Amino acid sequence: MRTGKIELTRMVAATSKRGIRVAISSLSKSYNDRQVLKEAELTIEAGEFVAVVGRSGCGKSTLLRLVAELESADGGHIEFAANNHRPETRIMFQDSRLLPWKRVLDNVALGLSQAREAASNALRQVGLEDRAHEWPAVLSGGQRQRVALARALVHDPELMLLDEPLGALDALTRIEMQQLIESIWRQRGFTAILVTHDVQEAIALADRVVLIEDGKITLDQHIDLARPRSRGNAAFAQLEESILARVLNLPNTNPEILVDEAQQMQA
Amino acid sequence: MSLISRLSRKSLRSTLAPWVVPTTLLLIWEIATQVGWLSSRILPEPWAVAKAAWSLGVSGELWTHFSISLWRAVSSFALGGSLGLLLGLLTGSFKTAETLLDTTLQMIRNIPALALIPMVILWFGIGESAKLFLVSLGVFFPIYLNTFHGIRSVDKGLIEMAKSYGLSGWPLYRDVILPGALPSILVGVRFSLGLVWVLLIVAETIAAQSGIGYMTMNAREFLQTDVVLVGILLYALLGKLADILSRVLERYFLRWHPGYR
Repeated sequence: MRTGKIELTRMVAATSKRGIRVAISSLSKSYNDRQVLKEAELTIEAGEFVAVVGRSGCGKSTLLRLVAELESADGGHIEFAANNHRPETRIMFQDSRLLPWKRVLDNVALGLSQAREAASNALRQVGLEDRAHEWPAVLSGGQRQRVALARALVHDPELMLLDEPLGALDALTRIEMQQLIESIWRQRGFTAILVTHDVQEAIALADRVVLIEDGKITLDQHIDLARPRSRGNAAFAQLEESILARVLNLPNTNPEILVDEAQQMQA
Repeated sequence: MSLISRLSRKSLRSTLAPWVVPTTLLLIWEIATQVGWLSSRILPEPWAVAKAAWSLGVSGELWTHFSISLWRAVSSFALGGSLGLLLGLLTGSFKTAETLLDTTLQMIRNIPALALIPMVILWFGIGESAKLFLVSLGVFFPIYLNTFHGIRSVDKGLIEMAKSYGLSGWPLYRDVILPGALPSILVGVRFSLGLVWVLLIVAETIAAQSGIGYMTMNAREFLQTDVVLVGILLYALLGKLADILSRVLERYFLRWHPGYR
Protein backbone atom coordinates (compact mmCIF):
# COMPACT_ATOMS: atom_id res chain seq x y z
CA MET A 1 0.00 0.00 0.00
CA ARG A 2 2.83 2.37 0.83
CA THR A 3 4.40 2.03 -2.59
CA GLY A 4 0.93 2.61 -4.02
CA LYS A 5 0.71 5.97 -2.29
CA ILE A 6 4.07 7.05 -3.64
CA GLU A 7 3.00 6.00 -7.11
CA LEU A 8 -0.18 8.00 -6.67
CA THR A 9 1.56 11.23 -5.80
CA ARG A 10 3.91 10.74 -8.71
CA MET A 11 1.00 10.32 -11.07
CA VAL A 12 -0.81 13.40 -9.80
CA ALA A 13 1.97 15.59 -11.06
CA ALA A 14 1.72 13.94 -14.45
CA THR A 15 -2.05 13.87 -15.03
CA SER A 16 -4.30 16.87 -15.06
CA LYS A 17 -7.83 16.76 -13.64
CA ARG A 18 -9.91 14.70 -16.02
CA GLY A 19 -13.46 15.28 -14.78
CA ILE A 20 -16.31 16.02 -17.11
CA ARG A 21 -19.63 17.77 -16.58
CA VAL A 22 -22.78 15.66 -16.86
CA ALA A 23 -26.19 17.23 -17.42
CA ILE A 24 -29.21 14.96 -17.18
CA SER A 25 -32.50 16.47 -18.24
CA SER A 26 -36.03 15.06 -18.07
CA LEU A 27 -34.73 11.51 -18.23
CA SER A 28 -37.41 8.80 -18.36
CA LYS A 29 -37.26 5.06 -18.47
CA SER A 30 -39.83 2.34 -17.98
CA TYR A 31 -39.74 -1.43 -17.90
CA ASN A 32 -42.92 -3.28 -18.88
CA ASP A 33 -45.16 -0.24 -18.35
CA ARG A 34 -43.63 0.42 -14.95
CA GLN A 35 -42.04 3.83 -15.00
CA VAL A 36 -38.75 3.69 -13.13
CA LEU A 37 -37.48 7.18 -13.92
CA LYS A 38 -39.89 10.08 -14.32
CA GLU A 39 -38.24 13.06 -15.98
CA ALA A 40 -35.28 13.08 -13.62
CA GLU A 41 -33.07 16.18 -13.64
CA LEU A 42 -29.49 16.22 -12.38
CA THR A 43 -26.41 18.25 -13.17
CA ILE A 44 -23.01 17.12 -12.03
CA GLU A 45 -20.07 19.48 -12.24
CA ALA A 46 -16.71 18.40 -13.61
CA GLY A 47 -14.72 16.49 -11.03
CA GLU A 48 -17.62 16.32 -8.61
CA PHE A 49 -18.35 13.22 -6.53
CA VAL A 50 -22.09 12.62 -6.36
CA ALA A 51 -23.71 9.85 -4.36
CA VAL A 52 -27.16 8.65 -5.33
CA VAL A 53 -29.12 7.04 -2.52
CA GLY A 54 -32.61 5.64 -2.27
CA ARG A 55 -34.60 2.56 -1.43
CA SER A 56 -34.13 -0.51 -3.60
CA GLY A 57 -36.11 -0.30 -6.81
CA CYS A 58 -36.25 3.51 -6.74
CA GLY A 59 -34.42 3.80 -10.06
CA LYS A 60 -30.94 4.74 -8.88
CA SER A 61 -29.20 1.89 -10.65
CA THR A 62 -31.27 2.56 -13.76
CA LEU A 63 -30.02 6.14 -13.76
CA LEU A 64 -26.46 4.87 -13.68
CA ARG A 65 -27.06 2.33 -16.43
CA LEU A 66 -28.51 5.06 -18.63
CA VAL A 67 -25.52 7.34 -18.04
CA ALA A 68 -23.27 4.39 -18.87
CA GLU A 69 -25.28 3.75 -22.04
CA LEU A 70 -25.80 0.15 -21.02
CA GLU A 71 -29.44 0.86 -21.76
CA SER A 72 -31.18 3.55 -23.75
CA ALA A 73 -33.60 6.06 -22.27
CA ASP A 74 -37.25 6.40 -23.31
CA GLY A 75 -37.11 10.17 -23.06
CA GLY A 76 -34.89 13.08 -22.12
CA HIS A 77 -31.19 13.31 -22.66
CA ILE A 78 -27.80 13.18 -21.04
CA GLU A 79 -25.28 15.77 -22.12
CA PHE A 80 -21.59 15.79 -21.49
CA ALA A 81 -19.64 19.03 -21.53
CA ALA A 82 -16.68 19.69 -23.78
CA ASN A 83 -18.35 19.58 -27.20
CA ASN A 84 -20.44 16.69 -25.97
CA HIS A 85 -18.07 13.94 -27.02
CA ARG A 86 -18.65 10.57 -25.43
CA PRO A 87 -16.45 10.68 -22.32
CA GLU A 88 -14.15 7.87 -21.28
CA THR A 89 -16.56 6.13 -18.91
CA ARG A 90 -15.85 3.17 -16.67
CA ILE A 91 -18.21 1.27 -14.44
CA MET A 92 -17.63 -0.70 -11.26
CA PHE A 93 -20.38 -3.19 -10.55
CA GLN A 94 -21.47 -4.72 -7.28
CA ASP A 95 -19.89 -8.01 -8.34
CA SER A 96 -16.38 -7.50 -9.59
CA ARG A 97 -17.13 -9.13 -12.97
CA LEU A 98 -13.60 -10.31 -13.43
CA LEU A 99 -13.08 -12.89 -16.16
CA PRO A 100 -12.29 -16.03 -14.13
CA TRP A 101 -10.24 -17.52 -16.98
CA LYS A 102 -7.83 -14.60 -17.18
CA ARG A 103 -5.13 -13.92 -14.67
CA VAL A 104 -5.38 -10.76 -12.58
CA LEU A 105 -3.01 -8.77 -14.77
CA ASP A 106 -4.80 -9.79 -17.98
CA ASN A 107 -8.11 -8.83 -16.42
CA VAL A 108 -6.79 -5.36 -15.71
CA ALA A 109 -5.43 -5.10 -19.24
CA LEU A 110 -8.80 -6.08 -20.76
CA GLY A 111 -9.67 -4.05 -23.83
CA LEU A 112 -6.19 -2.61 -24.14
CA SER A 113 -3.51 -3.75 -26.49
CA GLN A 114 0.11 -3.60 -25.37
CA ALA A 115 -0.72 -2.21 -21.96
CA ARG A 116 0.78 -4.63 -19.50
CA GLU A 117 2.91 -1.95 -17.95
CA ALA A 118 -0.01 0.40 -17.46
CA ALA A 119 -1.97 -2.52 -16.05
CA SER A 120 0.69 -3.41 -13.52
CA ASN A 121 0.92 0.27 -12.56
CA ALA A 122 -2.79 0.31 -11.89
CA LEU A 123 -2.46 -2.86 -9.85
CA ARG A 124 0.27 -1.19 -7.81
CA GLN A 125 -2.09 1.70 -7.15
CA VAL A 126 -4.63 -0.62 -5.57
CA GLY A 127 -1.88 -2.50 -3.72
CA LEU A 128 -2.22 -5.82 -5.52
CA GLU A 129 0.92 -5.82 -7.60
CA ASP A 130 2.10 -9.09 -6.06
CA ARG A 131 -1.10 -10.92 -7.06
CA ALA A 132 -0.78 -10.07 -10.75
CA HIS A 133 -0.33 -13.66 -11.90
CA GLU A 134 -3.02 -15.30 -9.79
CA TRP A 135 -6.44 -16.46 -10.92
CA PRO A 136 -9.32 -14.26 -9.72
CA ALA A 137 -10.87 -17.28 -7.98
CA VAL A 138 -8.21 -17.27 -5.26
CA LEU A 139 -8.74 -13.60 -4.33
CA SER A 140 -11.03 -12.39 -1.56
CA GLY A 141 -14.10 -10.27 -2.33
CA GLY A 142 -12.34 -7.05 -1.41
CA GLN A 143 -9.30 -7.92 -3.50
CA ARG A 144 -11.49 -8.68 -6.50
CA GLN A 145 -13.12 -5.28 -6.18
CA ARG A 146 -9.70 -3.68 -6.02
CA VAL A 147 -8.74 -5.47 -9.24
CA ALA A 148 -11.97 -4.21 -10.80
CA LEU A 149 -11.02 -0.71 -9.66
CA ALA A 150 -7.58 -1.08 -11.22
CA ARG A 151 -9.20 -2.30 -14.44
CA ALA A 152 -11.29 0.86 -14.54
CA LEU A 153 -8.39 3.16 -13.61
CA VAL A 154 -6.12 1.86 -16.33
CA HIS A 155 -8.34 3.59 -18.88
CA ASP A 156 -7.87 6.91 -17.11
CA PRO A 157 -11.63 7.58 -17.01
CA GLU A 158 -13.22 11.02 -17.14
CA LEU A 159 -16.38 9.63 -15.62
CA MET A 160 -16.43 6.82 -13.08
CA LEU A 161 -19.71 5.08 -12.36
CA LEU A 162 -19.88 3.05 -9.18
CA ASP A 163 -22.90 0.78 -8.92
CA GLU A 164 -22.89 -0.28 -5.25
CA PRO A 165 -19.34 -1.56 -5.67
CA LEU A 166 -18.85 -2.14 -1.95
CA GLY A 167 -22.26 -3.58 -1.19
CA ALA A 168 -21.06 -7.15 -0.83
CA LEU A 169 -17.97 -6.44 1.28
CA ASP A 170 -17.52 -6.75 5.02
CA ALA A 171 -17.52 -3.57 7.12
CA LEU A 172 -13.76 -3.26 7.53
CA THR A 173 -12.91 -3.93 3.90
CA ARG A 174 -15.60 -1.43 2.98
CA ILE A 175 -14.02 1.40 4.92
CA GLU A 176 -10.63 0.51 3.45
CA MET A 177 -12.07 0.53 -0.07
CA GLN A 178 -13.88 3.82 0.56
CA GLN A 179 -10.58 5.40 1.55
CA LEU A 180 -8.86 3.97 -1.51
CA ILE A 181 -11.58 5.22 -3.85
CA GLU A 182 -11.56 8.64 -2.21
CA SER A 183 -7.80 9.03 -2.44
CA ILE A 184 -7.70 7.93 -6.08
CA TRP A 185 -10.58 10.24 -6.93
CA ARG A 186 -8.79 13.15 -5.26
CA GLN A 187 -5.62 12.43 -7.18
CA ARG A 188 -7.19 11.78 -10.56
CA GLY A 189 -10.04 14.27 -10.41
CA PHE A 190 -12.53 12.30 -12.49
CA THR A 191 -16.25 12.88 -12.11
CA ALA A 192 -17.77 10.13 -9.98
CA ILE A 193 -21.31 8.92 -9.54
CA LEU A 194 -21.79 6.43 -6.72
CA VAL A 195 -25.00 4.50 -6.31
CA THR A 196 -25.37 3.15 -2.80
CA HIS A 197 -27.93 2.27 -0.19
CA ASP A 198 -25.51 3.11 2.58
CA VAL A 199 -26.07 6.72 3.66
CA GLN A 200 -22.90 6.76 5.74
CA GLU A 201 -20.86 5.70 2.73
CA ALA A 202 -22.52 8.40 0.65
CA ILE A 203 -21.65 11.11 3.18
CA ALA A 204 -18.12 9.82 3.67
CA LEU A 205 -17.33 10.04 -0.03
CA ALA A 206 -19.57 12.49 -1.84
CA ASP A 207 -19.63 16.24 -2.43
CA ARG A 208 -23.36 15.95 -2.91
CA VAL A 209 -25.87 13.35 -1.84
CA VAL A 210 -28.87 12.97 -4.10
CA LEU A 211 -31.98 11.07 -3.11
CA ILE A 212 -34.17 9.39 -5.71
CA GLU A 213 -37.71 8.64 -4.72
CA ASP A 214 -40.35 7.31 -7.03
CA GLY A 215 -38.27 8.01 -10.13
CA LYS A 216 -37.50 11.60 -9.24
CA ILE A 217 -34.76 13.45 -7.44
CA THR A 218 -36.27 14.71 -4.23
CA LEU A 219 -33.23 15.76 -2.23
CA ASP A 220 -29.95 17.33 -3.26
CA GLN A 221 -27.72 17.81 -0.24
CA HIS A 222 -24.27 19.39 -0.37
CA ILE A 223 -21.78 17.88 2.04
CA ASP A 224 -19.37 20.54 3.18
CA LEU A 225 -17.27 18.45 5.53
CA ALA A 226 -13.50 18.62 5.26
CA ARG A 227 -11.77 15.58 3.80
CA PRO A 228 -10.78 13.03 4.84
CA ARG A 229 -14.01 12.77 6.76
CA SER A 230 -14.19 11.18 10.15
CA ARG A 231 -17.32 9.22 10.89
CA GLY A 232 -17.18 10.14 14.57
CA ASN A 233 -17.66 13.83 13.76
CA ALA A 234 -20.84 15.41 15.19
CA ALA A 235 -21.69 17.20 11.95
CA PHE A 236 -21.26 13.93 10.08
CA ALA A 237 -23.62 12.15 12.43
CA GLN A 238 -26.18 14.90 12.17
CA LEU A 239 -26.13 14.84 8.39
CA GLU A 240 -26.41 11.09 8.35
CA GLU A 241 -29.35 11.22 10.70
CA SER A 242 -31.25 13.79 8.71
CA ILE A 243 -30.64 12.14 5.34
CA LEU A 244 -31.53 8.74 6.73
CA ALA A 245 -34.71 10.16 8.18
CA ARG A 246 -35.51 11.65 4.78
CA VAL A 247 -34.81 8.34 2.99
CA LEU A 248 -36.99 6.44 5.40
CA ASN A 249 -39.65 9.12 5.07
CA LEU A 250 -39.67 9.77 8.78
CA PRO A 251 -41.02 13.15 9.80
CA ASN A 252 -37.96 15.08 10.96
CA THR A 253 -39.94 16.57 13.78
CA ASN A 254 -40.57 13.32 15.57
CA PRO A 255 -38.22 13.79 18.49
CA GLU A 256 -38.53 10.28 19.84
CA ILE A 257 -37.15 8.63 16.74
CA LEU A 258 -34.42 11.21 16.34
CA VAL A 259 -33.23 10.77 19.89
CA ASP A 260 -33.35 7.04 19.46
CA GLU A 261 -31.26 7.19 16.32
CA ALA A 262 -28.79 9.60 17.83
CA GLN A 263 -28.24 7.18 20.65
CA GLN A 264 -27.64 4.35 18.23
CA MET A 265 -25.23 6.53 16.37
CA GLN A 266 -23.21 7.20 19.47
CA ALA A 267 -23.16 3.57 20.52
CA MET B 1 10.35 -39.80 9.20
CA SER B 2 10.94 -36.75 7.05
CA LEU B 3 8.04 -34.80 5.61
CA ILE B 4 9.01 -35.63 2.03
CA SER B 5 9.04 -39.37 2.49
CA ARG B 6 5.75 -39.18 4.38
CA LEU B 7 4.22 -37.21 1.54
CA SER B 8 5.48 -39.59 -1.13
CA ARG B 9 4.23 -42.53 0.89
CA LYS B 10 0.83 -40.91 1.06
CA SER B 11 0.74 -40.22 -2.68
CA LEU B 12 1.93 -43.77 -3.36
CA ARG B 13 -0.93 -45.09 -1.27
CA SER B 14 -3.47 -42.90 -3.05
CA THR B 15 -2.22 -44.08 -6.46
CA LEU B 16 -2.31 -47.74 -5.45
CA ALA B 17 -5.60 -47.68 -3.55
CA PRO B 18 -7.93 -47.67 -6.61
CA TRP B 19 -6.28 -50.90 -7.85
CA VAL B 20 -6.89 -52.91 -4.70
CA VAL B 21 -10.46 -53.94 -5.58
CA PRO B 22 -9.79 -54.99 -9.21
CA THR B 23 -6.70 -56.99 -8.17
CA THR B 24 -8.64 -58.80 -5.45
CA LEU B 25 -11.47 -59.60 -7.87
CA LEU B 26 -8.94 -60.98 -10.33
CA LEU B 27 -7.42 -63.18 -7.65
CA ILE B 28 -10.80 -64.54 -6.57
CA TRP B 29 -11.66 -65.22 -10.18
CA GLU B 30 -8.39 -67.09 -10.78
CA ILE B 31 -8.86 -69.18 -7.66
CA ALA B 32 -12.49 -69.92 -8.51
CA THR B 33 -11.54 -71.32 -11.93
CA GLN B 34 -8.59 -73.22 -10.52
CA VAL B 35 -10.75 -74.91 -7.91
CA GLY B 36 -13.40 -75.68 -10.49
CA TRP B 37 -16.31 -73.52 -9.35
CA LEU B 38 -16.34 -71.85 -12.75
CA SER B 39 -16.22 -73.74 -16.03
CA SER B 40 -13.76 -72.24 -18.49
CA ARG B 41 -16.60 -72.40 -21.06
CA ILE B 42 -18.42 -69.75 -19.08
CA LEU B 43 -15.49 -67.74 -17.85
CA PRO B 44 -11.90 -68.69 -18.67
CA GLU B 45 -9.30 -68.07 -16.01
CA PRO B 46 -7.43 -64.76 -16.11
CA TRP B 47 -4.23 -66.59 -16.90
CA ALA B 48 -5.77 -68.07 -20.05
CA VAL B 49 -6.96 -64.61 -21.08
CA ALA B 50 -3.46 -63.26 -20.60
CA LYS B 51 -2.05 -66.11 -22.68
CA ALA B 52 -4.60 -65.46 -25.44
CA ALA B 53 -3.72 -61.77 -25.40
CA TRP B 54 -0.04 -62.66 -25.62
CA SER B 55 -0.43 -65.01 -28.57
CA LEU B 56 -2.69 -62.54 -30.39
CA GLY B 57 -0.11 -59.87 -29.71
CA VAL B 58 2.76 -61.96 -30.99
CA SER B 59 0.94 -62.87 -34.21
CA GLY B 60 0.26 -59.16 -34.79
CA GLU B 61 -3.47 -59.80 -35.05
CA LEU B 62 -4.20 -57.90 -31.86
CA TRP B 63 -2.41 -54.80 -33.02
CA THR B 64 -4.17 -54.80 -36.40
CA HIS B 65 -7.60 -54.95 -34.81
CA PHE B 66 -6.67 -52.50 -32.09
CA SER B 67 -5.29 -49.90 -34.44
CA ILE B 68 -8.21 -50.12 -36.85
CA SER B 69 -10.71 -49.69 -33.99
CA LEU B 70 -8.72 -46.79 -32.62
CA TRP B 71 -8.60 -45.17 -36.03
CA ARG B 72 -12.37 -45.54 -36.44
CA ALA B 73 -12.98 -44.03 -33.01
CA VAL B 74 -10.65 -41.10 -33.57
CA SER B 75 -11.90 -40.26 -37.04
CA SER B 76 -15.60 -40.47 -36.19
CA PHE B 77 -15.05 -38.50 -32.99
CA ALA B 78 -13.21 -35.84 -34.97
CA LEU B 79 -15.94 -35.69 -37.62
CA GLY B 80 -19.01 -35.81 -35.37
CA GLY B 81 -17.41 -33.76 -32.64
CA SER B 82 -16.27 -30.90 -34.81
CA LEU B 83 -19.64 -30.77 -36.58
CA GLY B 84 -21.37 -30.70 -33.20
CA LEU B 85 -19.08 -27.94 -31.97
CA LEU B 86 -19.54 -25.91 -35.13
CA LEU B 87 -23.33 -26.17 -35.20
CA GLY B 88 -23.56 -25.64 -31.45
CA LEU B 89 -21.54 -22.44 -31.72
CA LEU B 90 -23.72 -21.35 -34.62
CA THR B 91 -27.10 -21.97 -32.99
CA GLY B 92 -25.84 -20.74 -29.63
CA SER B 93 -24.57 -17.47 -31.03
CA PHE B 94 -27.17 -16.59 -33.63
CA LYS B 95 -30.88 -16.55 -32.94
CA THR B 96 -31.67 -17.07 -36.64
CA ALA B 97 -29.55 -20.20 -36.78
CA GLU B 98 -31.34 -21.50 -33.72
CA THR B 99 -34.81 -20.98 -35.15
CA LEU B 100 -33.77 -22.53 -38.44
CA LEU B 101 -31.83 -25.55 -37.20
CA ASP B 102 -32.59 -26.41 -33.61
CA THR B 103 -35.99 -28.03 -34.03
CA THR B 104 -34.69 -30.30 -36.78
CA LEU B 105 -31.65 -31.28 -34.78
CA GLN B 106 -33.74 -31.99 -31.70
CA MET B 107 -35.95 -34.33 -33.74
CA ILE B 108 -32.97 -36.22 -35.13
CA ARG B 109 -31.46 -36.38 -31.66
CA ASN B 110 -34.40 -38.40 -30.40
CA ILE B 111 -33.85 -41.15 -32.93
CA PRO B 112 -31.61 -43.77 -31.32
CA ALA B 113 -28.55 -44.06 -33.53
CA LEU B 114 -28.79 -47.83 -33.38
CA ALA B 115 -32.33 -47.77 -34.79
CA LEU B 116 -30.81 -46.49 -37.98
CA ILE B 117 -28.65 -49.57 -38.53
CA PRO B 118 -30.87 -51.14 -41.21
CA MET B 119 -30.99 -47.90 -43.16
CA VAL B 120 -27.29 -47.30 -42.68
CA ILE B 121 -26.49 -50.74 -44.11
CA LEU B 122 -28.74 -50.00 -47.08
CA TRP B 123 -27.15 -46.61 -47.69
CA PHE B 124 -23.52 -47.30 -47.01
CA GLY B 125 -23.25 -51.09 -47.22
CA ILE B 126 -20.99 -52.60 -44.61
CA GLY B 127 -17.88 -50.59 -45.42
CA GLU B 128 -16.04 -48.05 -43.35
CA SER B 129 -18.44 -45.22 -44.13
CA ALA B 130 -21.35 -47.02 -42.42
CA LYS B 131 -19.41 -47.21 -39.14
CA LEU B 132 -18.11 -43.69 -39.52
CA PHE B 133 -21.65 -42.39 -40.04
CA LEU B 134 -23.17 -44.25 -37.13
CA VAL B 135 -20.53 -43.32 -34.59
CA SER B 136 -20.22 -39.70 -35.77
CA LEU B 137 -23.97 -39.27 -35.47
CA GLY B 138 -23.94 -40.53 -31.91
CA VAL B 139 -20.97 -38.37 -30.94
CA PHE B 140 -22.44 -35.28 -32.56
CA PHE B 141 -25.31 -34.66 -30.15
CA PRO B 142 -23.66 -34.49 -26.72
CA ILE B 143 -21.18 -31.96 -28.05
CA TYR B 144 -23.81 -30.02 -29.97
CA LEU B 145 -26.18 -29.77 -27.01
CA ASN B 146 -23.53 -28.84 -24.49
CA THR B 147 -21.92 -26.27 -26.76
CA PHE B 148 -25.31 -24.66 -27.38
CA HIS B 149 -26.09 -24.67 -23.68
CA GLY B 150 -22.62 -23.39 -22.81
CA ILE B 151 -22.84 -20.43 -25.15
CA ARG B 152 -26.30 -19.57 -23.89
CA SER B 153 -25.38 -19.72 -20.24
CA VAL B 154 -22.33 -17.47 -20.35
CA ASP B 155 -22.70 -14.90 -17.56
CA LYS B 156 -24.57 -11.93 -19.06
CA GLY B 157 -22.87 -9.62 -16.57
CA LEU B 158 -19.47 -10.53 -17.98
CA ILE B 159 -20.61 -9.86 -21.53
CA GLU B 160 -22.05 -6.52 -20.47
CA MET B 161 -18.83 -5.64 -18.68
CA ALA B 162 -16.68 -6.65 -21.65
CA LYS B 163 -18.82 -4.59 -24.03
CA SER B 164 -18.50 -1.57 -21.76
CA TYR B 165 -14.75 -2.04 -22.01
CA GLY B 166 -14.97 -1.81 -25.76
CA LEU B 167 -14.86 -5.49 -26.66
CA SER B 168 -17.00 -6.65 -29.53
CA GLY B 169 -16.95 -9.11 -32.41
CA TRP B 170 -14.16 -11.65 -32.42
CA PRO B 171 -12.27 -10.34 -29.33
CA LEU B 172 -15.49 -10.56 -27.30
CA TYR B 173 -16.03 -14.09 -28.59
CA ARG B 174 -12.45 -15.17 -27.93
CA ASP B 175 -11.99 -13.59 -24.50
CA VAL B 176 -15.44 -13.95 -22.97
CA ILE B 177 -18.01 -16.13 -24.74
CA LEU B 178 -15.84 -19.07 -25.78
CA PRO B 179 -13.98 -19.46 -22.47
CA GLY B 180 -17.27 -19.05 -20.65
CA ALA B 181 -18.82 -21.87 -22.66
CA LEU B 182 -15.79 -24.14 -22.34
CA PRO B 183 -16.73 -25.97 -19.12
CA SER B 184 -20.00 -27.03 -20.71
CA ILE B 185 -18.35 -27.93 -24.03
CA LEU B 186 -15.89 -30.18 -22.21
CA VAL B 187 -18.74 -31.96 -20.46
CA GLY B 188 -20.06 -32.72 -23.94
CA VAL B 189 -16.64 -33.96 -25.05
CA ARG B 190 -16.52 -36.29 -22.07
CA PHE B 191 -19.96 -37.72 -22.80
CA SER B 192 -19.03 -38.21 -26.43
CA LEU B 193 -15.75 -39.94 -25.67
CA GLY B 194 -17.68 -42.45 -23.57
CA LEU B 195 -20.27 -42.91 -26.27
CA VAL B 196 -17.72 -43.54 -29.04
CA TRP B 197 -16.85 -46.99 -27.70
CA VAL B 198 -20.43 -48.06 -27.09
CA LEU B 199 -21.39 -47.21 -30.64
CA LEU B 200 -18.23 -48.63 -32.12
CA ILE B 201 -18.74 -52.02 -30.47
CA VAL B 202 -22.19 -52.29 -31.99
CA ALA B 203 -21.05 -51.04 -35.38
CA GLU B 204 -18.16 -53.48 -35.46
CA THR B 205 -20.19 -56.47 -34.37
CA ILE B 206 -22.90 -56.02 -37.00
CA ALA B 207 -20.80 -55.41 -40.02
CA ALA B 208 -17.05 -55.52 -40.13
CA GLN B 209 -14.09 -57.54 -41.30
CA SER B 210 -11.68 -56.05 -38.78
CA GLY B 211 -11.51 -54.29 -35.48
CA ILE B 212 -11.88 -55.41 -31.90
CA GLY B 213 -15.63 -55.91 -32.27
CA TYR B 214 -15.07 -58.18 -35.25
CA MET B 215 -12.39 -60.09 -33.39
CA THR B 216 -14.69 -60.85 -30.46
CA MET B 217 -17.65 -61.79 -32.68
CA ASN B 218 -15.43 -64.09 -34.65
CA ALA B 219 -14.06 -65.68 -31.49
CA ARG B 220 -17.60 -66.24 -30.22
CA GLU B 221 -18.37 -68.35 -33.29
CA PHE B 222 -15.50 -70.64 -32.32
CA LEU B 223 -16.29 -70.50 -28.60
CA GLN B 224 -12.92 -68.90 -27.88
CA THR B 225 -14.14 -67.25 -24.70
CA ASP B 226 -10.62 -66.17 -23.79
CA VAL B 227 -10.34 -64.11 -26.99
CA VAL B 228 -13.78 -62.60 -26.35
CA LEU B 229 -12.56 -61.51 -22.95
CA VAL B 230 -9.41 -60.01 -24.46
CA GLY B 231 -11.67 -57.91 -26.70
CA ILE B 232 -13.83 -56.80 -23.80
CA LEU B 233 -10.79 -55.85 -21.74
CA LEU B 234 -9.41 -53.89 -24.68
CA TYR B 235 -12.61 -51.87 -24.83
CA ALA B 236 -12.34 -51.20 -21.12
CA LEU B 237 -8.76 -50.06 -21.59
CA LEU B 238 -9.65 -47.78 -24.49
CA GLY B 239 -12.56 -46.34 -22.53
CA LYS B 240 -10.25 -45.59 -19.64
CA LEU B 241 -7.78 -43.93 -22.00
CA ALA B 242 -10.56 -41.75 -23.40
CA ASP B 243 -11.52 -40.78 -19.87
CA ILE B 244 -7.93 -39.85 -19.03
CA LEU B 245 -7.75 -37.79 -22.20
CA SER B 246 -10.86 -35.82 -21.30
CA ARG B 247 -9.53 -35.26 -17.78
CA VAL B 248 -6.27 -33.94 -19.18
CA LEU B 249 -8.20 -31.60 -21.46
CA GLU B 250 -10.28 -30.33 -18.53
CA ARG B 251 -7.23 -29.91 -16.32
CA TYR B 252 -5.56 -27.83 -18.98
CA PHE B 253 -8.41 -25.73 -20.32
CA LEU B 254 -10.16 -25.19 -16.99
CA ARG B 255 -7.06 -24.59 -14.89
CA TRP B 256 -8.56 -21.28 -13.81
CA HIS B 257 -11.60 -23.07 -12.40
CA PRO B 258 -11.43 -23.86 -8.67
CA GLY B 259 -13.38 -27.06 -9.32
CA TYR B 260 -10.70 -28.54 -11.58
CA ARG B 261 -7.58 -27.88 -9.60
